[in-house]
Amino acid sequence: MTSAPSLWAITRRTLAKDLRLEWRSKDAINSMLFFALLVVVIFSFGFDPTAEESRKIAGGLLWVAILFATVVALNQTWTRELRNQVLDAYRLSPAPPQALFLAKTLGNFIFVAILEVLMVPLFVVFYNLRSVGPVWQLGVVAVLATWALVVNGTFFAALSIRTRSREIMLPLILFPISIPALLAMVDATTSILTGDSSPIFWIRLLAVYDFVFTIVGLLLFEPVLNAE
Amino acid sequence: MRDVVRHFGRFAALRGITADFAPGRLYVLLGENGAGKTTLLRVIAGLLEPSRGAVRVLGSENIRAVATRFGYMGHAPLLYDEMSAMENLEYFSALYGINDRARCQEAIRTVGLDPALERRVGQYSQGMRQRISLARAIVHGPELLFLDEPFSNVDLRSAKQMTTLLAAMRDQGTTIFVVTHQAALMEPVADESIVLDAGRLIAREWGIPSRLLTPYPAAEAAPHRPSADVGVSPQHPESARQDPSGTNREAQS
Repeated sequence: MTSAPSLWAITRRTLAKDLRLEWRSKDAINSMLFFALLVVVIFSFGFDPTAEESRKIAGGLLWVAILFATVVALNQTWTRELRNQVLDAYRLSPAPPQALFLAKTLGNFIFVAILEVLMVPLFVVFYNLRSVGPVWQLGVVAVLATWALVVNGTFFAALSIRTRSREIMLPLILFPISIPALLAMVDATTSILTGDSSPIFWIRLLAVYDFVFTIVGLLLFEPVLNAE
Repeated sequence: MRDVVRHFGRFAALRGITADFAPGRLYVLLGENGAGKTTLLRVIAGLLEPSRGAVRVLGSENIRAVATRFGYMGHAPLLYDEMSAMENLEYFSALYGINDRARCQEAIRTVGLDPALERRVGQYSQGMRQRISLARAIVHGPELLFLDEPFSNVDLRSAKQMTTLLAAMRDQGTTIFVVTHQAALMEPVADESIVLDAGRLIAREWGIPSRLLTPYPAAEAAPHRPSADVGVSPQHPESARQDPSGTNREAQS
């Protein structure tokens, strides 16, 4: 007989498995990159802003591009679990459902972080950006904002996984609930880039948002996973 | 299970099934497509909640509490196509708290495949996938095993190897439920056949009677159908046969 495994052990194993699958298929990364690249290039041709204007709109453009690209990755993450009904194997096991949620969220965080690392230099070049505020704060905003996007996204993607038109359902559910986080990440980024105001309030808001939605996600994931 | 009903919308897939199953036996679930065999298996395994009624598995109504003690092989292989057989088994056994490479290798050998095979499961034939799926279901040494169409797309020789393996597991005390349309394959090893029709348990018989070895004809089953929506012993000579324990066994309803 076997015993129920621990949350962290399963989270690590599932995350490693997801990274391995993504490394082999590159489904999420490729589609995210392609989508985000398109948005950045099209926006850069659509506007011809001055350096000052660029600083004001760049935060919004960057996070909207990342939000849309994230949705693509989120759908891929769960679609993989539907193929061959693999999710049933997880549901049948004694592994904690929260481990699956955590692993998927961490995996998506890594994918989106990779996207950001690749996209930000392009953004800087296309929009001729230079930060007036401290650059390290941009790092903090990036981490908190990315977690805000993926923690909600992973949860709602799991919720819409069995719906017929999940590609449409996910943004419909995710975007309204992400508005506070989107507002905070855009305003924090703009504040740092322009140096007009302090981003601290927005950073705190993002941190609270992350905390609340991580806890809610962990608490509600089991019924979502077992929903028929 | 007591008076188990399962609806999908307005369609009743299971209609008041009541039955008890003794441990250490190999049960074969037979019936036409849509009879409710897969639904019954999924309800017992906890993948579906019954709309009404109660299911008790291994002494517990909380199926999750006994998840380490049963294995399930579904219609689909429940495997990741992009990973090899070993990688799949290592991951799924870890979900049961097993981190033992040798055990995974042994499970793969048990189903007649080579654990050194590095090809990804997506490149396997359907029959090989079925066998790896069986290895996944048994890697944690379950006391109770649910197999849904384990022989579909499996060649005859491999299917016979699988039935021999199932018989050996049953002899070691594992309780096994097999849903199949290939009753003849299970005939040499089955302890009892359970026949479903339109969501009702209409017959339980010792072994697999010869009339059930062909695809199950609903019209033939009709005379045996009980009036109540419960699984009862049909009036068939086989049902009065002595069981190995020496007791004259009635079908358990």
